[in-house]
Amino acid sequence: MNLDLDAAACAFRDEVRDWLAANVPAGRLPSVDTPQGDAAHRAWERRLADAGLAVVSWPLEYGGRAVPPLHALLFEEEYHAAGAPARIGQNGLFLLAPTLLRHGTPAQRDRILPPMVRADEVWAQAWSEPEAGSDLAAIRSRGRRTDGGWLLSGQKTWSSRAAVADRAFGLFRTDPQASRHRGLTCVMFDLRAPGVTVRPIRQLDGDPGFAEIFLDDVFVPDSDVIGEPGDGWRVAMSTAGHERGQTLRSPGRFLAAAERLVALWRSGDGRDAATRNRVVDAWIGAQAYRMHTFAALDAPAGPFAASATKLFWSELDVALHETALDVLGARAETDAAWTDGYLFALAGPIYAGTNEVHRGIVAERMLGLPREVAR
Amino acid sequence: MRLVPTAEQDRFAAVLHDLLSAADVPAVAERWAQGDAAPGRAVWSRLADAGVAGLAVPERWGGTDAGAADLVIAAEELGHHAVPGPVAETLAAVPALLLALGDDRLCDKWLPELAAGRVVAALAAPPWLPYATDAHAADLVLLAGDDAVRLARTGAAHASMDYTRRLFEVSPGGVLATGPDAAAAVARALDLGVLAAAAQLLGAGCALLEAAVAHARTRVQFGRPIGRFQAVQHKLAEVAVALEFARPLLHAAAVTVGSADTAARDVSAAKVACGSAAHQAARAALQVHGAIGYTREHGLGRWLTKVRVLTLTWGTAAQHRARVMAELTR
Ligand SMILES: Cc1cc2nc3c(=O)[nH]c(=O)nc-3n(C[C@H](O)[C@H](O)[C@H](O)COP(=O)(O)OP(=O)(O)OC[C@H]3O[C@@H](n4cnc5c(N)ncnc54)[C@H](O)[C@@H]3O)c2cc1C
Repeated sequence: MNLDLDAAACAFRDEVRDWLAANVPAGRLPSVDTPQGDAAHRAWERRLADAGLAVVSWPLEYGGRAVPPLHALLFEEEYHAAGAPARIGQNGLFLLAPTLLRHGTPAQRDRILPPMVRADEVWAQAWSEPEAGSDLAAIRSRGRRTDGGWLLSGQKTWSSRAAVADRAFGLFRTDPQASRHRGLTCVMFDLRAPGVTVRPIRQLDGDPGFAEIFLDDVFVPDSDVIGEPGDGWRVAMSTAGHERGQTLRSPGRFLAAAERLVALWRSGDGRDAATRNRVVDAWIGAQAYRMHTFAALDAPAGPFAASATKLFWSELDVALHETALDVLGARAETDAAWTDGYLFALAGPIYAGTNEVHRGIVAERMLGLPREVAR
Repeated sequence: MRLVPTAEQDRFAAVLHDLLSAADVPAVAERWAQGDAAPGRAVWSRLADAGVAGLAVPERWGGTDAGAADLVIAAEELGHHAVPGPVAETLAAVPALLLALGDDRLCDKWLPELAAGRVVAALAAPPWLPYATDAHAADLVLLAGDDAVRLARTGAAHASMDYTRRLFEVSPGGVLATGPDAAAAVARALDLGVLAAAAQLLGAGCALLEAAVAHARTRVQFGRPIGRFQAVQHKLAEVAVALEFARPLLHAAAVTVGSADTAARDVSAAKVACGSAAHQAARAALQVHGAIGYTREHGLGRWLTKVRVLTLTWGTAAQHRARVMAELTR
């Protein structure tokens, strides 16, 4: 694509490209969800941070470069095109950090962001509970007032990276008398604190990608509450906006996968038009997502556009990988890169709000159809 | 590169929307279908006054030489109102073709008339456009091929499933240009026509979604508006997402169409995406309307059938997908 990039953008892109070419580890790192992978990914994050490339869009004082959004997109494109490792710190970098920048105190930002950027502290998101998946406001884990802070109890589940992470941020019911969406508080806690038990859960790909977290009167000081006590729902919804939007799912990832898919098609010997059309559609989808993201730089999207975006990228990801497997045919079974990508893609329509829930939001909030259920 | 309309382009779209809303396009289309082109020509000349007809014509010949970005804005609005007639031909492909042939006598003769809205043009360009659409109501009918651009003689007429359209067989008439330059001119002009058709499709798709949403909010069954049923909500949400993500491809193709070496690829991608989103919108809109949408009186069919014929012409989805792959693996 021939974007009109100014000199500054080109220079930045070239710098990133050159650095990645010289530094991206050859071969794939072990899975982020294994002990060796954990160490290797943390080392990679430190290397990125030392080069000033861990969080390019962030303010300077937190290790960022304060680059404009266009540059951040270019960074992502280069990152994925170079086949650089998955970001072990993503829950912190892309979910907690924007939330702290908006709702946190300066002291929280100063204390939490620097170790996050260097992956000295890796974060997990502890929202879901056994009885509270799509219906997040049904959470039952509680926070009870105590001297100088809160005592957390209950059970969280499906918490990505919690098996290897250091800390977590979650939603707790701190006022049982208040209505469902009130009386919730957003709290950070240490995964190694007394009273915390983490039980890894193996995912479809065999790795302990997520975990259950049991909390038994775990103490957290007031300074680890994000926003006001009782205001957790509003804080969480601002986090969810980042999760559903493009920060975690940058177009660069789909674009790189689509380019690999086209290359795969080209090198293969299958030549049937039906499969070719699916390859083209996947490439068109990645291109559409990319252009949509660029367009949003000129005209910020409305508040519920994040739901449309989430629907689009998650379905695109599944289609892209299913197509790749079909192009490979029986050989696909042993192709770890594509099969891992496929298994990962399958979770996309479930996490960050299921696609059914997002279709409801698009229908009711974007299109203005009457409400089906109370959310 | 700008992928969203400027404030000025938004205003232009609003002006066209008001103009077409006031023009009673459904009645005009009905008359057009019966072979009476006069009301349609009157609307066309009003559109020309608003600057639509001269968008692809240089100022020297009375146009505004506005560029493809404005062209897609206008074509989307015409699609939104399902304006009958050879829209992409008159608005985009034929002026672009005459211009690209670089023959001043031809330009002097036709471009000012096109820009003023006094001339409506039809075009056959096999295999993408095997027939000339509505040649009976056109003042200029061209036949564009790989080897030459000719005036076209019209032959037998065929009815279309879009009852407002009539398709004419053509045979070669006087030669206007031949050779590699002519072939290049045809390719460029067709890309612009495809882009305009894609924009019409997007506009029609949006109109279908709006109609379906409006109906779903008010039609009551089982004691509640049908728009409260999740099966209906989810279908319409999927349409909204498909349209939302087709639009940036259209605008991106408008940026590259005239110049970049990715033009063919980008135009084809836009046609595929806008066509499939509009088709999805058409299916959903009919389903949500139920039987009432299936009636001629209701008028939904004007969009339904126009979407279908526009996805089949100006290159089928299969042809455009093949072209995208050819460009990607060049
Ligand atoms: C790979 C992966 C990683 C995850 N990581 C995290 C994490 O880090 N932190 C965290 O807190 N959570 C995480 N989750 C959990 C995720 O947020 C939940 O799985 C999700 O919210 C859905 O909840 P559920 O699985 O309980 O499904 P349920 O809510 O039980 O839903 C089951 C099915 O019912 C449908 N359904 C439910 N309600 C409705 C409705 N109103 N309308 C229509 N359909 C409905 C759903 O769409 C779904 O298809 C992760 C999940 C996965 C798969």
